[in-house]
Amino acid sequence: MAQETEDLTSSLSPSPSPPPPPLPPRRKVSGEAPLQVGGQLQSKPTTAVSSIDISTLSFPDGTRGTFPTPSVGSGPSPLNSGYGTPSRDSSGDNLTDSMSVMSFAPTVRAPGDLASLVAGEFNRKSRAWNLLRSQSETVQPFEAIEYGDSGELSGFEKEFDNIPENLTDDVRLSMWQSKMKHYLILSSAGKPIWSRHGDLSLINSSMGVIQTIISFYEGAKDPLMGFTAGKARFVVLTAGPLYFVAISKLGESDAQLRGQLEALYMQILSTLTLPTLKNIFVHRPSTDLRKPLEGTETLLSSLADSFTKGSPTALLGALECLKLRKSQRHAINNIFLKNRTDQLLYGLIVAGGKLVSVIRPRKHSLHPSDLQLIFNMLFESGSVKSGGGESWIPICLPAFNNSGYLYMYVSFFDDDDPPSTSKPTTTTNNSNNNTTPTIPEEGTPPPPPPPPPPSSQPDPESQEIALILISPSREAFYPFSTLRHTLLASLTKSAHLPLIRSSLSPSHSRPSIPSILPPSHAQAISHFIYKSRPNVQFLMSSLHPSFTSPLARRKLFSQYQTLHAAAHAKHAHLKVIYSVGEDCASLGWVTPLFELYCVAGPNVSRQAMTEAANRVVKWVGREEGRVFIIGGGVF
Amino acid sequence: MADSSAPKPSSSVKLVLLGEAAVGKSSLVLRFVNNDFQENKEPTIGAAFLTQKCNLPTRTIKFEIWDTAGQERFASLAPMYYRNAQAALVVYDLTKPTSLIKAKHWVAELQRQASPGIVIALVGNKLDLTNDSAGADGEGAGGGDGEDARKVTTEEAKTYAEEEGLLFFETSAKTGYNVTEVFTAIANAIPETSLKTARGPGASAAAARTEEQRVNLNGPRDPNAKEGCAC
Repeated sequence: MAQETEDLTSSLSPSPSPPPPPLPPRRKVSGEAPLQVGGQLQSKPTTAVSSIDISTLSFPDGTRGTFPTPSVGSGPSPLNSGYGTPSRDSSGDNLTDSMSVMSFAPTVRAPGDLASLVAGEFNRKSRAWNLLRSQSETVQPFEAIEYGDSGELSGFEKEFDNIPENLTDDVRLSMWQSKMKHYLILSSAGKPIWSRHGDLSLINSSMGVIQTIISFYEGAKDPLMGFTAGKARFVVLTAGPLYFVAISKLGESDAQLRGQLEALYMQILSTLTLPTLKNIFVHRPSTDLRKPLEGTETLLSSLADSFTKGSPTALLGALECLKLRKSQRHAINNIFLKNRTDQLLYGLIVAGGKLVSVIRPRKHSLHPSDLQLIFNMLFESGSVKSGGGESWIPICLPAFNNSGYLYMYVSFFDDDDPPSTSKPTTTTNNSNNNTTPTIPEEGTPPPPPPPPPPSSQPDPESQEIALILISPSREAFYPFSTLRHTLLASLTKSAHLPLIRSSLSPSHSRPSIPSILPPSHAQAISHFIYKSRPNVQFLMSSLHPSFTSPLARRKLFSQYQTLHAAAHAKHAHLKVIYSVGEDCASLGWVTPLFELYCVAGPNVSRQAMTEAANRVVKWVGREEGRVFIIGGGVF
Repeated sequence: MADSSAPKPSSSVKLVLLGEAAVGKSSLVLRFVNNDFQENKEPTIGAAFLTQKCNLPTRTIKFEIWDTAGQERFASLAPMYYRNAQAALVVYDLTKPTSLIKAKHWVAELQRQASPGIVIALVGNKLDLTNDSAGADGEGAGGGDGEDARKVTTEEAKTYAEEEGLLFFETSAKTGYNVTEVFTAIANAIPETSLKTARGPGASAAAARTEEQRVNLNGPRDPNAKEGCAC
């Protein structure tokens, strides 16, 4: 068992409380300890390794092979694991003892921020450093990537690859263990429901171990929140009859991982609704939930992958808008409002995952977490997009009302939409404009199948424009289909649709740093995210050119996650956090009105960065009416 | 009835696709509407609505296609889609016997609940995975491994279809084999009488005919929609 590294957040209180009573396996291990401790015994660690390796097998923490050669001189440093708990190799000989002490160290603290802040101060005092810095201000963040050094993230490129089915179980298991991020969902009865990587037959035993550990603590009325094994952080969320587990080697905080697990839970609710989910398990606790959830695996996976890639929406709980002039957005809202039908609850125009226009009743607002689920369904996974045509989807929006379904009409405005659809045939589908009537003469061989699309991976800078109409009535499809055609006609006639399309072009959709800051300051920030707290929306600078690769993007968002965790830790009354690391400097600034997070090259001075940050804030203040939807169309 | 210079009479037909998950309903529609095929297509959520015209020698049929999701949890929504439908495509996967059982359930439900004159076609999809798909062009990759994945014999399904008075086809959405034939056969099988209502009034005045037809295209639908909202 893995108790030696378990870490209960419930025992995070400073009082040196004894470990929870039921820990028989550990006593056993410490009973064997004298056999394992001691210099000459390090060379024959077979017994020790095997007893530890039982847990290594279940928890892929990448520590295999670290035992025979204990690391010398690397004392347990909070910087190593990022969690304040020792990684296994740093605990040296006194394996069991040091772990039992250290395992109660706080884990929610941001990795190494304080230390690097201090280090920064040291650096500033050094004249040599200042001289060096004056020549090296142009060093970009995460430059090491370009030299092929991806550090702790090596192998991240393969993170999203499927585990092939035609290999032996051993190979597949080691591929599974090499993933840096895992999500598992299982029922409290131990039935596996979903996992991001690996088919369930491969990881069934791991699921079993996790279920045993969780229910062990449930039984002790002391629910397990999370623990660390090696470099992997395990976070557990219990939601009704379901267990959600996140396993991350990416350095996210517990709160962030828990937020991601909650989003997965919301996705399940959005498929089933809460009463249905409860009913299923009340009647038969051993139900296999895979059947009722059939077909939504891709939604869970694309949601999980967006977290692993780094999702500002998930991190900040906010949405992104398409930048438009205030008057233009107003005009689009008005066209939308004028044409709406009675059954309409919410209407949205979304372009490439960014909000263009929202109309809603005065007494209802839309929750970002619900929109995140919708956007994930439409833009990240291909389920709706690939089918073409118009879709009519029953969906539960858990933050709006988790007990019932709404009905969602979705249609994409394609490029080849006719400029005017004045025909009274209201349900002509755009997709048949480019096809000729298809009845070939008898005996004509069908055309060979076209080559499959290169990849089902959606374009990250997706440019689709979608119309989303949500109604409580399941019969609203035909009125909505009519509404779509009148809207399309009006928006095309008023030239707003081409306008939206041109605003979507990569060069326009997100501002670049040089377009915001004067050349004198443009070096001082490489990327920023600005969240407007009252509007629950965020704005970020273009990921182009430095952060387009998945690895650079991941490093950037790891930095943001660290800043965010530090600023939002319990009892943290931080307003500004500045941190310098080996490969970048970062600044977080939190006020009641906004949160700003920026990243710059490692050699940028704090003063330069602060000045640039101030300018960004001023710029956003000027552009607020364009980059955010303030109010939206209300009826 | 229609002279050669006038446009062919056109009428719309509401068609619904039903069947177990992952038998290839959306792929059949994609092949018919866009003449396209996607490997590893993601499951449909809810239902998708598409249209496609089908030219017959004497008339044009505009199919209004409801492509439904096959998962169990959407089953309760199916009546919304097959209500007032003039045609149904019940699809099974001929490499998966349970999908034929599910198809039989759908046929029974349609015969019980749907409009009395509904034209039902039973379609066994994924013919490209079997050995006897010689009729399909571009064959060789799928069944060429010598492995015949077929689990439902043609005779079994055909016998059942004849008993129930269904049209019957085996298709491959991947190669396109037999796909348009299914829709053509359905278009031909729709009784003239059920189309008459769509173009009846326009027959008297030739000048007004096209206009009438346009209006009539909406005719059968709009009342339905209103009816629906009232409940």
